[in-house]
Amino acid sequence: MNNTLGYRQGKACILTDDVWERVNEDDASGSLEYAVLDLHCWLEQLEAGRLQPETTGVLLGPDDEPEVLVPWIDRLALVALNFPRFMDGRAYSQASLLRTRLGYQGDLRAVGDVLRDQLVLMRHCGFTSFCIRADKSSTEALKGLSGFDQIYARSVASPEPLYRRRERQS
Amino acid sequence: MYRYDEYDHALVQARVAQFRDQVARRLNGELSEEEFLPLRLQNGLYLQKHAYMLRVAIPYGTLSSRQLRTLAQIAEQFDRGYGHFTTRQNIQFNWIELEQVPDILQLLADNEMHAIQTSGNCVRNITTEAFAGVAADELLDPRPLAEILRQWSTVNPEFLFLPRKFKIAISSSERDRAAVRTHDIGLYLYLGDDGEKLLRVMVGGGLGRTPILNQTLREDLPWRHLLTYVEAVLRVYNRHGRRDNKYKARIKILVKALGIEAFAREVEQEWEQIRDGAAELTLAEYLRVAAGFSPPEYEEVHAIDPEYGAWLARDPAFACWVQTSVRPHKVAGYASVVISTKPGAAAPPGDVTAEQMQAVAELAERYGFAEIRVAHEQNLVLPDIRKHDLYALWRALSAQGLATPNIGLLTDLIACPGGDYCNLASTRSLPVAKAIQERFDNLDFLHDLGPLSLNISGCVNACGHHHIGNIGILGLDKNGEEYFQITIGGDQGRDSALGRVIGRAFRADEVPDAIERLLAVYLEYREVEEPFVDCVQRLGLAPFKEGVYAEPATAEVSA
Repeated sequence: MNNTLGYRQGKACILTDDVWERVNEDDASGSLEYAVLDLHCWLEQLEAGRLQPETTGVLLGPDDEPEVLVPWIDRLALVALNFPRFMDGRAYSQASLLRTRLGYQGDLRAVGDVLRDQLVLMRHCGFTSFCIRADKSSTEALKGLSGFDQIYARSVASPEPLYRRRERQS
Repeated sequence: MYRYDEYDHALVQARVAQFRDQVARRLNGELSEEEFLPLRLQNGLYLQKHAYMLRVAIPYGTLSSRQLRTLAQIAEQFDRGYGHFTTRQNIQFNWIELEQVPDILQLLADNEMHAIQTSGNCVRNITTEAFAGVAADELLDPRPLAEILRQWSTVNPEFLFLPRKFKIAISSSERDRAAVRTHDIGLYLYLGDDGEKLLRVMVGGGLGRTPILNQTLREDLPWRHLLTYVEAVLRVYNRHGRRDNKYKARIKILVKALGIEAFAREVEQEWEQIRDGAAELTLAEYLRVAAGFSPPEYEEVHAIDPEYGAWLARDPAFACWVQTSVRPHKVAGYASVVISTKPGAAAPPGDVTAEQMQAVAELAERYGFAEIRVAHEQNLVLPDIRKHDLYALWRALSAQGLATPNIGLLTDLIACPGGDYCNLASTRSLPVAKAIQERFDNLDFLHDLGPLSLNISGCVNACGHHHIGNIGILGLDKNGEEYFQITIGGDQGRDSALGRVIGRAFRADEVPDAIERLLAVYLEYREVEEPFVDCVQRLGLAPFKEGVYAEPATAEVSA
């Protein structure tokens, strides 16, 4: 995917060598290596024996239940969550669940209406890569991953609330 | 009161810098208005009819004198010399320039305030009652848990883009004065048999187009589970609340659609997964926050002050003010004072000038412990006043036009800013408020009427909480003309009830007459000491309908 941010050696950067490509259902007849498919298409192709969870990513819409991925959760290399509009916050909860409850360890990618000013929130909820909306500069968006990100509550990236961190320090 | 620590300071300062950058990017076109919209809303900035409006958070309605002076400074320096206190215990400034907002936020941050999440589809300012910590009938002080919730909900990354706004209130008194039943989550704090602090969690209340009182989701929740339980509710809501229709997006619609039992099952199921984990509260944290609310150093004074008694007997105007505006305090010899922001027709309800704010800040220092509260009825409260000082305080407040003895009476009415300011409003509520205050300006008559709440909303969004007014007035647009529908029998607190429509709507100029006829029915039928709302309860709508609509000469229009 173009215009995508992620982490290399713990540092936020533009992923110039990203291998993943969105593939529509209609184009799913070719090789599915490093393709990212919609959930229903992904499940069909999996059943047909045409993909390996290790090399074909899956894209969930905000209505999809992340729980359906449980049988393959340790094998999946990429789960993408779609923000149809950046005001639609369901993917934050989906991301939190994938990370904390379902134990997903692979790359978790935000796609869709992904903008600079929400990146810190996404990172807190467990996203590790960010496909920035095509008309926005990824160089500018990268600034969204730097700077202050302290919160009070716990999050995926900061599993203890502030008061527990503080109590441990003192 | 609670003071910011280094983390609180760092967070609000960082937030100012972030928003300064976002405003700059909006002004240079990098951010479209659509992209900027939720960013500014989550910093309290609305675009109204004539200008930007900035809503500053006053967490659980508590201010220091220094903070109130800061608000006065903002009113003078950046607005037109006044601010408007809201039903969410916040303050709004109505004439703000976008370019100046970062400087205003900086001024707020330097004085331990912010405007974070006073708008937008996120958890809003946590409210409680204005008499928290001092009321004679309080079970437990709700403020530590309110502050803990404030911190938890501030910039909580999972819950900043909910289907719709989300309001939480907490109360712990015999009479719930925080209107918890009309909140998305209402919390009632009490002591269990073994002395443990427990919570009743109520969910799915709200006014607006679909007024509903919330329902009990869980009884006897130990306080340590507060944050995980609220998290479970919000996660269920964030995942399953409707997003296709703004008017069906509040949690009340989800609770109604699922039914409270099914909704509770979802929440409990979610909660089982997160309870007893890292997100549970600790006693150390409770005590740390509660220390910020330890009682001030009250003097030991006698419960009965002879000088105060003498002034009561000598000055009937003072006695009248005491009767309406002074509330019992849990410490002997002290009282809480309600300052009316509703002088009648002279100023819109809740509007306070910079000079008045300065004066109140000064009086809070002189006679209290430099603390001021904002009541959800839009009035101010001085929580800790020695009875001995009440007379001097009253005189000082009178000089500022802040001693109108109408607290809890008809003219202590609540009104939204309406079409004079608000883009959403379909009618202008302030002229109606003014007309009512002009018509009923006789204090003897008001005192004879007794306790009576009147709430006006300029549109169905119900910011004036008309559904829970004993008399509610709702503005409706009918083919470009303003009409006002009247409801009666609404109430808040322990006896919360939603008002019922009495009949066809009125034109603005007919409203005072209609109210007068309504009151005439009450005066005719009431029993001794029977408040208006009890009378409506006893008699039902019929006699009121008859009294209001039987008048042949009025030009009523079909609703």
